[in-house]
Amino acid sequence: MQLYDLPLAFALIGLALYAVLGGADFGAGFWQLLSGKGKRGDEIRAHARHAMAPVWEANHVWLIFVLTVIWTGFPLAFGSIASTLAVPFFLAGIGIVLRGGAYAMREAAAGARWQRTLDTVFSISSILTPFALGTMIGAIASGRVRVGNPGGTLWTSWLNATSIEVGVLAVATAAYTAAVFLSGDAERHGDHALAERFRLRALGAGIAAGAVATVGLVVLHSDAERLFHRITQGPGLPALVASLLAGVATLALVWARRYEPARYTAALAVAATIVGWALAQNPVFLPGLTVRQAAAPHDTQLVLTIAVAAGAVLLFPSLALLFRLTLGGQLGHGELRGEVAQVPGADWHPGGTERRLAGAFLIGGAGFLTAASTGWAHAIGVACLFGFVICGYRMALPENLTDDAD
Amino acid sequence: MIAALAGALAPAAQHYLLEARQMQALSFAFHIPLVCFGISFPAMLLFAEWLYLRTGDELYRTLARRWTRVMVALFAAGAVTGTILSFEMGLLWPGFTGTFGSVFGLGFAIEGFSFFTEAIFIGIYVYGWNRLSPRAHFISGIPVAISGISGSLMVIAVNGWMNHPTGFRLVDGKAVDVHPLSALFANSYFWHELVHMYLAGYMVTGFLVAGAYAVGRLRGHWGRYERTALAIPLAVATLASVAQIFAGDWNGRAVAENQPTKLAAFEGLGQTTKGAPIHILGWYSDGKVEYGIRIPKMLSLLAFHSTNATVQGLDAVGPADRPPVNVVRIAFQSMVGIGSLLALLSVVYLAIRIRTKRLPESRWFYLALIAAGPLSLVALISGWVVTEVGRQPWVVYHVMRTSQAVTGASGVPVGYGTLAAVYLGLAVGIGWVLVRLARAPLSEPS
Ligand code: HDD
Ligand code: HEM
Ligand code: HEM
Repeated sequence: MQLYDLPLAFALIGLALYAVLGGADFGAGFWQLLSGKGKRGDEIRAHARHAMAPVWEANHVWLIFVLTVIWTGFPLAFGSIASTLAVPFFLAGIGIVLRGGAYAMREAAAGARWQRTLDTVFSISSILTPFALGTMIGAIASGRVRVGNPGGTLWTSWLNATSIEVGVLAVATAAYTAAVFLSGDAERHGDHALAERFRLRALGAGIAAGAVATVGLVVLHSDAERLFHRITQGPGLPALVASLLAGVATLALVWARRYEPARYTAALAVAATIVGWALAQNPVFLPGLTVRQAAAPHDTQLVLTIAVAAGAVLLFPSLALLFRLTLGGQLGHGELRGEVAQVPGADWHPGGTERRLAGAFLIGGAGFLTAASTGWAHAIGVACLFGFVICGYRMALPENLTDDAD
Repeated sequence: MIAALAGALAPAAQHYLLEARQMQALSFAFHIPLVCFGISFPAMLLFAEWLYLRTGDELYRTLARRWTRVMVALFAAGAVTGTILSFEMGLLWPGFTGTFGSVFGLGFAIEGFSFFTEAIFIGIYVYGWNRLSPRAHFISGIPVAISGISGSLMVIAVNGWMNHPTGFRLVDGKAVDVHPLSALFANSYFWHELVHMYLAGYMVTGFLVAGAYAVGRLRGHWGRYERTALAIPLAVATLASVAQIFAGDWNGRAVAENQPTKLAAFEGLGQTTKGAPIHILGWYSDGKVEYGIRIPKMLSLLAFHSTNATVQGLDAVGPADRPPVNVVRIAFQSMVGIGSLLALLSVVYLAIRIRTKRLPESRWFYLALIAAGPLSLVALISGWVVTEVGRQPWVVYHVMRTSQAVTGASGVPVGYGTLAAVYLGLAVGIGWVLVRLARAPLSEPS
């Protein structure tokens, strides 16, 4: 194992988390489209929307994480992939914009017609984006992206059997994980009827995803032989088996209405697929470019590894908190709980001291920044300017504006 | 072998370099104003909420809750436009990212974690209004405010590096001897940008929000709530405007030291001159500024603190190495002009506020305030045009040309057109959301 394997592993972990968490968000959009009309349809849409509202932005950052780790750790590969697969990459981007835009507007929109339109935009982009990202993975997996700017054709690099297969698989697994998660959420909220409806969807989508995956093996066999052999006989096999088992286990658990463990097996099935792909493809990153050749210099790998490790220490507790609060129903719309802090009559008046201090800071800041030219003097100058703003902040305290005299 | 591979990525035949640049510019012009809200709005919100916790006055709670809804909408838009920007690093500039990703990429990787923090705690803050205890809720907002600031720190460190690249050597088109930490953070050339941008963030957000309530005042909405809601952002914006003048002057001198050609473009200084003047307004052609108001020796004084200092002109480099002077110059003049006007407005406001202890009465003041928001936006975008276009033709100053960075993929104009259409829709949508939020009756629980 080399140092550069670590950033690659981080990127893959990020990709797996994106496929699971981001995938579930996309899938929620998928179910909004297929929710049908009338009150029942409204319920499904509302549930899908509320369940993901607090988490979708955090889930979405995993994609950014993957991109930044790859372009830092494996810049040459990133440049080649992005320029070759410009079309699906751009489509995914547009899909993300439309999704986010529709979401932002949906929160404020009133009137059923507008809401319906926005929901449709949201759902369609929720299908477009994972499909486009999936075709990119298919293109890389089938060796259609070479080193270069661009290192492949504009269209056939991502419109081919493997790409389309992976794109469809991405949509299907997204729908599947979403349905599993949403059944669990509905059950937690005590809405058994709704849970039941998502249960049926989960079962259907699970079978569909399994079928698509099976077709995928056939497609790989004819379109990407090296990968096929390494997945079915070589290093990718254990992951393939794990994915299969986890997928079947999920179906069984959902069948038995054991939604909580099903969450984890569903996630495992998705993650194992990605691991299997990575193991089968290793050590080739792109045709003619091994992972070692693609890797950025040692120093970069080192600081990148440290940065990600340090970031993870911050990230995972925060994420755990978010998911705990969300799953525990502590985030959402509802009634005020807890006491209201009452500190009546707290009295500050912007005294002369602050005003004089603000003035002194301004003069100091101006002096140090303008007249001096060394770094430390500038640092003092900047500190003074911020001191000026903070002291002056008293000006914002609206206490003498709150009488209704004028 | 590896060097040959790297070489394979760098130069590409791209007929649409200009469109690629405009697409990048469009994406920034959309992201950066939204980001100003990410930098400063959480702090204002928390301030209002803190006042609520201190006084128990429902007014502050209503204020914070209504602003929260604005923040959610803008944050979502900021996140997706930021995503487009990170895609464009590969979509538009694979030569740049593919060659130097190992040097500057770390900044974005670290930034990723502050996006995470921001997105996570925004989820908690926004959806926890009714569910968490008031104190826990307030605390959950603090990481949002911090990460809004740390996120832009990292991008600006990258921008500083592009303007003043260090921490690597270039051999056969490949970056070797790479030291990302020193490239990004030992680089002294980004602090001025950072400070200037923060202050700009406070100005833009402050003036826009205050301006919205100024519109309300002219329409007769002027209760206790509106006065408070105007006073908080206005205080921030006016204080920042005063500080901004000094930060801007510092920026000018940093450019004078490190990027003399850019400075020459600011002022349209054709020839290297001892005791160089500045011109206000006017148009640059054939190596000099025509029709401008000339102030002798001023440039030497401002840039080097001596009326007789020699300032390098555009003629120091060949025509192929010069940025488009008029674009940069007009942008610079707009920024400085607007900055000065806003500082003036701010001084007037602060004087009235301190003297009379109340808000100004004059209708003119509120009209000016309504104009201040859009003007500060113009200054913001102009500032980035100054920095980015002023660096042209280089993407990495004196190391890589923008034409070497651009993608070789075809279809750039199609992408540009599509993005423009989508962003137009997004802009209309956001505007509509904001208007709706503003019109929602005060008593409505958010
Ligand atoms: C509200 C916005 C705003 C206002 C009022 C000003 N600026 Fe500015 N300026 C920016 C917003 C901005 C910016 C958008 O934030 C930039 C782009 C890059 C940066 O760091 O800040 C910028 C860049 C920038 C640069 C280029 C820095 C570089 O290339 O490294 C200079 C020289 C100045 N500014 C100077 C000024 C001066 C002398 C001002 C006097 C009033 C001024 N700015 C007001
Ligand atoms: C990191 C990779 C980057 C690349 C390849 C890049 C390149 C470019 C290019 C080519 C343009 C168009 C210039 C023109 O119109 O002539 C541009 C514009 C711009 N850039 Fe950069 N830039 C990068 C990073 C940044 C960063 C980190 C910032 C800010 C922190 C930034 C701020 C801007 C802005 C605001 C504009 C728009 C100017 C306008 O509105 O016309 N750029 N960039
Ligand atoms: C090449 C340039 C840039 C890239 C690649 C980029 C990327 C991004 C991304 C991916 C996000 C979304 C994070 C999320 O999903 O939560 C984002 C948001 C943000 N960006 Fe940028 N950005 C760039 C330029 C800038 C600039 C110039 C600034 C400010 C100076 C900035 C400050 C922020 C902030 C504060 C946010 C938080 C989101 C918000 O408040 O709306 N970024 N950026």
